[in-house]
Amino acid sequence: MQISVRAPAAGAATAVPILSLDGITKTFPGVKALSDVALALYPGEVTALVGENGAGKSTIVKILTGIYQPDAGAITLAGKPVQFPTAQHATDAGITAIHQETVLFDDLSVAENIFIGHAPRTRWGLIDWPALRARATEILGRIDADLDPRMPLRELGIASKHLVAIARALSVDARVVIMDEPTAALSHKEIEELYQLVERLKAEGRAILFISHKFDEIFRIADRYTVFRDGQHVGSGRMSEIDEGELVRLMVGRSVDQIFPARAHQIGAECLKVVGYAHPTEFDDISFSLRKGEILGFYGLVGAGRSEVMQALFGVTRPSKGVVRIDGQIRAIRSPAEAIRAGIVYVPEDRGKQGAVIGLPIFQNITLPSLSQTSRRGFLRLAEEFRLAREYTERLDLRAAALDQDVGQLSGGNQQKVVIAKWLATRPRVIILDEPTKGVDIGSKAAVHAFMAELAAQGLSVIMVSSEIPEILGMSDRVIVMREGLIAAELEGAALTPESLVRHAAGIGGTA
Amino acid sequence: MTQYLKSREAILLGAILALLAMIATRFPAFVSPGNLLNVFNDTAPLIILALGQTVVILTRCIDLSVAANLALTGMVVAMLNAAAPGVPIAVILVLAVSLGAILGAINGVLVWKLSIPPIVVTLGTMTVFRGLIFVISGGEWVNAHEMSAAFTGFPRSVVLGLPMLSWIALGIAALFLLLVFRTPLGRAFYAVGGNPHAAVYTGIVVGRTQFWAFVLSGALAGLTGYLWVARYAVAYVDIAAGFELEVVAACVIGGISIAGGAGTLVGTILGALFLGIVKNALPVVDISPFWQLAISGSAIIVAVTFNVRQNRRRGRIILKRAEGHA
Repeated sequence: MQISVRAPAAGAATAVPILSLDGITKTFPGVKALSDVALALYPGEVTALVGENGAGKSTIVKILTGIYQPDAGAITLAGKPVQFPTAQHATDAGITAIHQETVLFDDLSVAENIFIGHAPRTRWGLIDWPALRARATEILGRIDADLDPRMPLRELGIASKHLVAIARALSVDARVVIMDEPTAALSHKEIEELYQLVERLKAEGRAILFISHKFDEIFRIADRYTVFRDGQHVGSGRMSEIDEGELVRLMVGRSVDQIFPARAHQIGAECLKVVGYAHPTEFDDISFSLRKGEILGFYGLVGAGRSEVMQALFGVTRPSKGVVRIDGQIRAIRSPAEAIRAGIVYVPEDRGKQGAVIGLPIFQNITLPSLSQTSRRGFLRLAEEFRLAREYTERLDLRAAALDQDVGQLSGGNQQKVVIAKWLATRPRVIILDEPTKGVDIGSKAAVHAFMAELAAQGLSVIMVSSEIPEILGMSDRVIVMREGLIAAELEGAALTPESLVRHAAGIGGTA
Repeated sequence: MTQYLKSREAILLGAILALLAMIATRFPAFVSPGNLLNVFNDTAPLIILALGQTVVILTRCIDLSVAANLALTGMVVAMLNAAAPGVPIAVILVLAVSLGAILGAINGVLVWKLSIPPIVVTLGTMTVFRGLIFVISGGEWVNAHEMSAAFTGFPRSVVLGLPMLSWIALGIAALFLLLVFRTPLGRAFYAVGGNPHAAVYTGIVVGRTQFWAFVLSGALAGLTGYLWVARYAVAYVDIAAGFELEVVAACVIGGISIAGGAGTLVGTILGALFLGIVKNALPVVDISPFWQLAISGSAIIVAVTFNVRQNRRRGRIILKRAEGHA
C-alpha cells in the first residue's frame, strides 16, 4: 500500500486537524466505493467535499457517522485513533450530521427534537420538561433562531428544520458538523441565513464538512476543499489557491475506464415533440424533441427536475401547460395508461418502489401493462402471457429458474431485466430510462448500455435520465441539461464535454 | 399451478385434517360425511364473506362494515318480504346483491376519491349501517311468522343432496377463482397490494381497483344478508354483530397478508373452514365455547407468524441489493 502525503499541503503546518481519515477503503459486493482516501477537518474551518454522484461522498459521511465500517484505514480524532462501530459512538465523539432531508420527528416539538435521546432528567429519571425548554430556548437563542420550542416540527419550513438540526448539533456540543447538501431545498434568503450560521459555527471553533454541488456556495463559505472522483482522493487544498476551472477539472478529469458500445447512427424523423411544458412548482418552459432511434440524455444535479418532467410526460403528474406531439399528432396524456397507449413507457429510478411487484411471479410482472393484449373477452390467457414473457426474457437473457418464480427471489440486476422486459412487451415507441444503471454493478452496467444501444438501433427512441457524466457522454446523441427546473442547455457534438455539462448543471459562468 | 400447492395451503390443510382426527378420537360421528356437510353448510356464510374480504385485503384495505352491511340488507329484504310476500326470490336475491354492492360502493368511493384510510371509512360506515337498521325497523324484529315460506325455505332447499346455501358458497368460490386468476381486475388486486407505486406506473388506477374490491365485498355481504336472515328466520338490529372480525380472522388464518398483495383464495376458504370446524366441534366434544375464542385467537397468531417469516425472507433479498448500490 502506498503511503502518500494526503494531508492538505498548504497551510497544514500551522493548523492541526481535529478529525482526519487516512487510507480509508470501503468495498461493497461488486463495487469499490472508496479506495485509500484521505480527509482532514480543521477546527474553525469549513472543508468542502466535492465530487460527482458516485464519487464516494455519501459513503465517507456514513463512515464518519458510524453507519458503515471502513474495510481499511484509520480515523484520528483530536490526535487519538478512534473507531465508530455504531452511530451512537460517532455522536458521543461529537460528530453530527445535518442531512439534505432532515432526519427529525415531525410530530414532536422543536425542544423535543433538539434533545431527543439526551433529554435532561429529573432525580427520578423522568424528563425534566422545564429544564428541557429552558435549554432549548438558550440554544436557539445562540443561533438567533426565532422559534418557539413548543411548536411541533411539522409546522416549520425546511430552513427552520435545518435550524433545529443545527441546534441539536449544538446541544450535544458537536466538534464536527457534517452538512450534506444543506441548501438543496432552501430559498435564497434561507441560504443567506444558513451561511451566517456556518460563520457562527466556525467562530465557535467547530470543524465543518460541507458537501455541495453548487460552486458559488463552495467558493463563498469554504476554507478548504477535498475532491473525490470514483472513490478516490484526487486533490485537496485551500480554496484561495484554486479556481472554478481547476476544481471542475479535478472533479471530471478521468481516465476512460468504461467502454461504451459503438453505435451506428441512424437517426430518423422526429417522433416526439414537447412544447412549453410547465408545472406550477416543479419545472417550467420545457421544450424538446426526440427523433426515431435517438438516445437523448437528460443531465442535471439531483433535484433539477428531470424525473419530474418525465413523470409528467408519462401521465403520473399533470403539467399545467404544454403540448405533447407524437408523430405530429397532439396527444393528451392524463394517466400512465394513456401514455402506454400512446407508446411512451417509463422505467423509473426507484425500481424497488416503482418497478417490480414483489409477490407476483415473473411472467405476471411482465404482462401487467399488456393485459389487454393477452386477454380475450375479459379473460386472461395464461398461455399467451407465458409466450409474451418468454419472448422478452429470452431477449434480455434473464436468469431465472422458471417464469412462475416470484420476482422477489431474483437478484437486483435480474429484477431490473424483468422491469425492462415488462415495458418492452408493450411495444413502445419511446422508452424513458431514469438512472438506468444506478445501483447496478459494473458488469451489468455494460450490459444495460449495450442493450440501450440495441434498442435505439431497432428504431426505438430513448430518453435517458442520468447523473453520471461518463454514461451521459458515452451513450447520448444529444444532451439536455436541466437546472432548477429549467432547461439550462442543449448540447451536441463538440459542445458536449464534461466541463460544459458540469458548468451548465451547476450554473457557472454566464449561465446563471 | 404450483401456487395452489404452495406450502401455506398445504400446511393449513394438514392442520385441518389433524384437527378432525383429534375430534374423531373423542366423537367419531363428527367426521361422518353427513355431519361434515352440515359443518360446511354452517360455514358457508363465513366462506362467502371471507372471499369478498380477501380481495379487499389484497388491495391493502380492510372492510369492517361487512357484518353491518349484511344486517342492514337482511333487514331490508326481511321487511320487504313481510310487507309483500309475493315478491319472487329471484328479485329478493338481485335486490340483496345490489343493495350490498351499493353499500360497498360507498366505502369504495370514500377510499378512492377522498383517500380516507379504509379502516376509518369502514368503521364509520359499519356504525352508520347499524344505525340505519334501527331507523328503518324502529328497533322491531322481523320474526319467522312474518316471513313467507318461500323466503325462509330457499337457503335450505336441497338440490342434488346439498342445501342451496352450500351451493351458493361453492358457486361464489368458483366465480372468485375465475375472477382473481383469470381477469385483469383479479391481477390488479395483487399488483395494487403488492406494490402500489409500480401499479400506478403500469397504468393501473389504484383507487379504482380498491373501489371494485369494496363493491365485490359489499355485494357478497348483501347476498349473505338475505341468506342469513332467511336461514335463521329472524331479522333484528344486532344480527351478526362482531362477525366482521371472524371474517378477517378467516382471511388471516388462510394466509392473506394484511400488508396486501399476498395470499390465495384457496387459503381463505381453508381458513374459514378451520374456524367453522372449531366452532362446530367444540360443543360436541364438550369443551367450553370460551375455548373456541382462545383457539381461534391462537390460530391467528400462528398464521401471522407464518406471514412475518415469509416477509422476512423477502426483506433479506432487498437488503442485499440495497447494500450493493450504496
